[in-house]
Amino acid sequence: MKKGHVFSFFAILIISAIILSFVTMPIIHSVKLGLDLKGGFEVLYQVKPLKAGQKIDSETMSNAVASINKRINVLGVSEPNIAIENGNRIRVQLPGVKDQKRARELLSTTANLTFRDYKDKLMLDGSDLQPGKARVAFDDMNRPLVTLRLKDSAKFADVTRKILAEAPNNVLVIWMDYGKGDSYRKEAAQSNHKFISAPSVNNVLNTNDVQITGNFTVQEATNLKDLLNSGSLPVKMDEIYSTSVGAQYGQNSMQQTLFAGAIGIAAIFIFMLLFYRFGGLIADITLIFYVYIVMAVFVGLQAVLTLPGIAALILGIGMAVDANIITLERIKDEIRSGKSILSAYKAGNQRALPTVVDANLTTIIAAAVLFIFGDSAVKGFAVMLLISNIITFITSIYGARLLLGLWVRSKALNNRPGLFGVRRSDILEK
Amino acid sequence: MKSNVNMDYKHYNRFYDHFDFIKFRNVFFTFSLVITLAGIISLSIFHLNLGIDFSSGTRVDLQADRPLNITQVTNTFKDLGYQPEQPVLSGNHRNIATVRINKELTHQEIAKVKSAIQSKYGIEPNVSTVSPQVGRDLAKNAFFAVIIASIFIIIYVWVRFEFLQGLTAVIALIHDAFFIISVFSLLHIEVNILFISAVLTIIGYSINDTIVTFDRVRENIKLSRKRLTTFEELGQIVNLSIRETLTRSINTVLTVLFPVIFLLIFGSESIRTFTIALFVGLICGVYSSVCIACPLWAVMKARYIAGRKKKRTVQTEG
Repeated sequence: MKKGHVFSFFAILIISAIILSFVTMPIIHSVKLGLDLKGGFEVLYQVKPLKAGQKIDSETMSNAVASINKRINVLGVSEPNIAIENGNRIRVQLPGVKDQKRARELLSTTANLTFRDYKDKLMLDGSDLQPGKARVAFDDMNRPLVTLRLKDSAKFADVTRKILAEAPNNVLVIWMDYGKGDSYRKEAAQSNHKFISAPSVNNVLNTNDVQITGNFTVQEATNLKDLLNSGSLPVKMDEIYSTSVGAQYGQNSMQQTLFAGAIGIAAIFIFMLLFYRFGGLIADITLIFYVYIVMAVFVGLQAVLTLPGIAALILGIGMAVDANIITLERIKDEIRSGKSILSAYKAGNQRALPTVVDANLTTIIAAAVLFIFGDSAVKGFAVMLLISNIITFITSIYGARLLLGLWVRSKALNNRPGLFGVRRSDILEK
Repeated sequence: MKSNVNMDYKHYNRFYDHFDFIKFRNVFFTFSLVITLAGIISLSIFHLNLGIDFSSGTRVDLQADRPLNITQVTNTFKDLGYQPEQPVLSGNHRNIATVRINKELTHQEIAKVKSAIQSKYGIEPNVSTVSPQVGRDLAKNAFFAVIIASIFIIIYVWVRFEFLQGLTAVIALIHDAFFIISVFSLLHIEVNILFISAVLTIIGYSINDTIVTFDRVRENIKLSRKRLTTFEELGQIVNLSIRETLTRSINTVLTVLFPVIFLLIFGSESIRTFTIALFVGLICGVYSSVCIACPLWAVMKARYIAGRKKKRTVQTEG
């Protein structure tokens, strides 16, 4: 027996164990959890023109995404994901967002502020405001209000003069997201009216400071301020798909799935040990490396772990084992045919390689197609499948070869077919 | 069994070492045809129980800190002013309910539903809404992805193996995908977006399995060192190759089934559809590789060889 090889084997194991123990926590902490695990929500918007004749091209789309980004910054979500799909859809994913209700409101309003007269004629709109100058203030009675700054005080004087001339209907109606069919006269009769407020204009106002009072709560005033400061959306967005997951619900799903996965993986390990003995032990060691490398690559790609992703990871282990099984079965066959352990190991590895390559390459092709053509939910799954198939080559082929090779070459396994799960009575006598 | 190919280590007995897979090919083909027909009939009568991901409407998944009952959950939604379909209860303590409403709720309505349910059951629910357009697009994209993947697989197998093997591998793949869809239609299990991922996984797995067996067929043909001309010779090669790879096929499917079974028992409700589809598909995948793809290849290959021979004789006569 050559002690050097066995020594190298243990040296590799110990060094790897040390490295793995150091990277475990960083990997776990940098895994990005999807909203089905963390809670949060996802909305798919269909983008439509705001005004007649407006074109939805890549420029309007990226402007819309920029405004959405600004609004999300207000919410303080750490890992938002905003993507343009199909050229005219925007998918917004906000994992871990605390106040889902507020987030939805902030995202969905166009935030198109307009000032109109009682006949709904447009007097001023968002383009007359100085950007980023909205503030929340309080009046004498400590009620919240929002202050704005206009670009041009002369224009405001002109508007107020016109409103004044319309007495007794001298009101300046302030609308948020005025839509077709909305009318001041219809809404004014209702107690819960759609416009923000309709202050009376009693003098010509030559100023660029405007206050909006509208029976706000502090939260409402803050929302309005945030919306005005992040700018109105250049387009109309209709929710066509949405999903929201409660934080507790997501956490429960993750715990259950990880628990089930852990038992499943343990079962694989035990099965391999029982069926392939020493070969199974080596396979189990390479599987541990496999899990670490897959997770590290996954984190490195900044991919988001979702529930199907966890399932794909666990499944991937089952499929990675396949490479070990193919090789170990071949080695067993060769031992049975009467070869020595060393030549059985060499022949088995050599014969198993093309099988594993072809089998994994076809799966990689399938996964790549899914990644290119699949929708976002399918994509996350395809990434995991793709990564796991590629890593399989590294661990289950080369890793297992290295570790098992050290033992085979040390001659410690010579004449011990039982260590591969082969009965002596099955070996062909030569 | 006598064979002229490499039988040097096939001298010991396993339970399947005398099983003639080729002899029973018509039993397998008939079985698969019957199942497929049953699936087509079931699909045309019962259709698929499409979740909102593929149709439209709203789904609420609610979890409670105590067991639920259907009337109680239905009433909660009626009090909110909605007409839900029959809620489905699940979870080990019957504490999870899935409710469908045939209407896309607006975000204001969702906020209202969420806070009402949270205050009543203690845990914030999941709410999803889908418009008809998105649901259609999803199904369409997945379908095209499968078609494109199939074409690439045929091309790859054609290059590495031969065209007929690529074709039978894809037939086995479509057989498996359709089998899962049939089972879901017959048992009326709700189909959601994860179902697509499951079907796609099975396609990947089925291909993997079929390729491993074909790989052995390719190797055994090379080792036999003679031109195979008759169906009997092809059948011998196929039988031998299946037997040689069967331990691997069974062990591999077992190792993949372990986590699937545990996910089925202990895993989250949200991926139940996914795991059921995988469970059914994995078993079907092994069956189709061994009992459909390989015998079917032998039949087609024998016909192809016979056809070419005939052509040649006709040519020499003419």
